[in-house]
Amino acid sequence: MSITLAPAEPSIAGVGDYVALMKPRVMSLVVFTAFVGLVIAPGHLHPVIGLTALLCIAVGAGAAGTLNMWYDADIDARMARTAARPIPAGRLAPGEALAFGLTLAGFSVVVLGLLVNLIAAALLALTIAFYVVVYTMWLKRTTPQNIVIGGAAGALPPIIGWAAATGTVAIEPVLLFLIIFFWTPPHFWALSLYRAEDYARAGVPMLPVVAGEAETRRQILLYTLLLAPLGVAPWLVGYAGPLYGIVAVATGAALVALALRVRAERRGYAASKQMFAFSILYLFLLFAMLLVDRLPGGLVGHFAV
Amino acid sequence: MTAMSEAMKKPETSIKLTERQLRARRARSIAIAVSLGVLVVLFYIVTLVKGPAVLVRPL
Repeated sequence: MSITLAPAEPSIAGVGDYVALMKPRVMSLVVFTAFVGLVIAPGHLHPVIGLTALLCIAVGAGAAGTLNMWYDADIDARMARTAARPIPAGRLAPGEALAFGLTLAGFSVVVLGLLVNLIAAALLALTIAFYVVVYTMWLKRTTPQNIVIGGAAGALPPIIGWAAATGTVAIEPVLLFLIIFFWTPPHFWALSLYRAEDYARAGVPMLPVVAGEAETRRQILLYTLLLAPLGVAPWLVGYAGPLYGIVAVATGAALVALALRVRAERRGYAASKQMFAFSILYLFLLFAMLLVDRLPGGLVGHFAV
Repeated sequence: MTAMSEAMKKPETSIKLTERQLRARRARSIAIAVSLGVLVVLFYIVTLVKGPAVLVRPL
């Protein structure tokens, strides 16, 4: 028996399509949190080595996003939010995305290992593998706990940043890991509340699809109640100053108030949308305050030439 | 008539790229070249920064 393969149509994918594959918005948050992990680490780091580490982490995040879009092209095609992505829109062949993602993953890990250190490279490889294999290929289509467990991949960048600066893993960046880990579920569940139809159509078992809206709203509140004190913890244990403490307490209280509104919401999704938007600001402010905390001589002194 | 001129008369079987495909390929080629250039410069600068220590690689 012979199989005749139709010749592949020459690609029309532009550079912008490849950039879109790398999920630049997610990448920017990854780079930012990794930068904070790098800055709060003890000791001094040459700025070129620091920039190299951040570049590799950014490319590694791009690789994970690309491989996610390659594997999830069928799901993306059925969801309004993602139907315009390069693969479902037909601008880029799945094979091109796979080759691009694997190349980025290989280069980011090898270059980080060669130019920075092996611990950071190993952590980056673990992060990419966790996001692509554990979250995308395994959990996303099988359990409503997908983003809870899969959130670990998004929470690892501060630890990679710390490892890039010190060559070790310590308890301090684990606190940052925990903040992002417990931030992920209420953030994505707030989004999934008003995108539930999309997820249901695509067959993704997000919490509102499987357990209903009421349970999702309850879980958002529970995770936010765990997150708010965790957000304050860096100040309580002495890793951050009072400015961080004030911002963490104020924004944590605002997030809990929003989660209570989401819990009480009966019609529409105004509170859920506000929760989703504010949760991004919350995480950004916490990590920005950690940076500001290091400013008096610290940030400049940290990157000593 | 020679065999060569016979072959030249055969119908064109290769893929002819459209203007859009050519433009996209050129843009991708430039992007790859720039990326490789960045990689070379990065390795060069890090080698300068680290000096002989660039060869020290403890596990």
